[in-house]
Amino acid sequence: MSIVVSNISKTYGRQNAVDQISFTAQPGCILGFLGPNGAGKSTTMKILTCFIPPSSGKASICGYDVVTQSLEVRKNIGYLPEHNPLYTDMYVKEALGFMADVYQIPNKSKRIAEVIELAGLGLEQRKKISTLSKGYRQRVGLAQAIIHNPPVLILDEPTSGLDPNQIIGIRNLIKELGKTKTVILSTHIMQEVEAICHQIVIINQGKLVADDSIEGLKNSHPAKTLEEIFIYLTNAVLQND
Amino acid sequence: MYNVLTVFAKDFSDYFNSLVAYITIGVFLVVTGLFLWIFPDSSIFEYGYAGLESLFNIAPYIFMFLIPAITMRSLAEEHKEGTFELLATRPLTDWQIVFGKYFASLLIIILALLPTVIYYVTIYQLGVTKGNVDSGAVIGSYIGLILLGAGFTAIGIFASAISKNQIIAFIIAVFLCFIAFSGLDSISQVLSLQNYDTIITSFGINQHYQSISRGVLDTRDLIYFISFTALFLLITKTKLGSRKW
Repeated sequence: MSIVVSNISKTYGRQNAVDQISFTAQPGCILGFLGPNGAGKSTTMKILTCFIPPSSGKASICGYDVVTQSLEVRKNIGYLPEHNPLYTDMYVKEALGFMADVYQIPNKSKRIAEVIELAGLGLEQRKKISTLSKGYRQRVGLAQAIIHNPPVLILDEPTSGLDPNQIIGIRNLIKELGKTKTVILSTHIMQEVEAICHQIVIINQGKLVADDSIEGLKNSHPAKTLEEIFIYLTNAVLQND
Repeated sequence: MYNVLTVFAKDFSDYFNSLVAYITIGVFLVVTGLFLWIFPDSSIFEYGYAGLESLFNIAPYIFMFLIPAITMRSLAEEHKEGTFELLATRPLTDWQIVFGKYFASLLIIILALLPTVIYYVTIYQLGVTKGNVDSGAVIGSYIGLILLGAGFTAIGIFASAISKNQIIAFIIAVFLCFIAFSGLDSISQVLSLQNYDTIITSFGINQHYQSISRGVLDTRDLIYFISFTALFLLITKTKLGSRKW
């Protein structure tokens, strides 16, 4: 198991942002991490990437604990944060070069050329990031996340705000990466989940409400589409009917 | 160490990409040049003595505004743009981030000071007896100025860490630099505090700066500057770590 999350909680003041969540994920698996806005998806991802520690519970990545072995964890993950923050004053190659230096990658220029090819940034590689369109910025963010060839990828809404063609491009890239790596991605697009994810974890108001394969979910909620299942599981008003 | 260098290189080249470095160095040289050679009140030609005192008297006040202008961006912008998350989730420790950013800003200050050596060479040549300059005092003053810059830079990085807003970071840094440099001296003049005036002034930068400027490098002054800088960097690191509380 490359990602093991057991009973993690995160409280801000009195509010429980994440409440006793557990799940696991293994290599070769793309895990769709779903939930309404404010459900605690980004908070969980920030805990997994060692940006903030959990208030209680344990999480480990590739066997390393996110609190006590945070540097090891951070070497083994590629993280694309929500809203894809980038150094917009840098050139594409410069930004990738910086990340390559951070991970102390040997043979830096060769690897940069590889990820530029992988992320489809060939035509844009000499441009300043501030001049790129949203889709290409997203590709730069992804390229930065995979530059050290990490076994685990954590992607927070990698396709939000992209046009349909760009979504397909990014999706194919993630699918390709998911063949060998463990990928967690959060999204609001159900077709995307059906297209690329193997395992689905749904959380609502900080609590885990489903952890299953797509087939498993559909079997336990017969005659419902994934979208209906999601609404059923996360919308309290409908549940009470 | 390598990681500090990586962050340092990123920030240092950022200062040059964004023109901050050129403008800072340019403005510093123009202003010190004006005070030293043109403005009658402080010009060497009016003064008539071969010395760089007016440069070393005015430089702390220029630094008081210039250094906060350099450092205000360093962490405030990272927090505002969200790129701090990008840095903090890479295999970098908070200390490496703080030191990388600190030394990048400090090097800009040192680069601004470097060309003023020309002023010294000029005065050296212009002396009635050539070379009639108190070189020891000049070297001491340069060391003092670099240490003062190091302290101000630490204040600036700290101010930049506590706000997402660059203007607020700038104003806080200017205020703290002012208090640390001359504010404490002035406070010690308050009548009811007169019994403690030596203690209060010894906390201020000015006394130690003046002492080094005389050309005597006292370890007490050196320790003062090092601990002053370390204190502000420690608070900065603590502030960055506070996201984990």
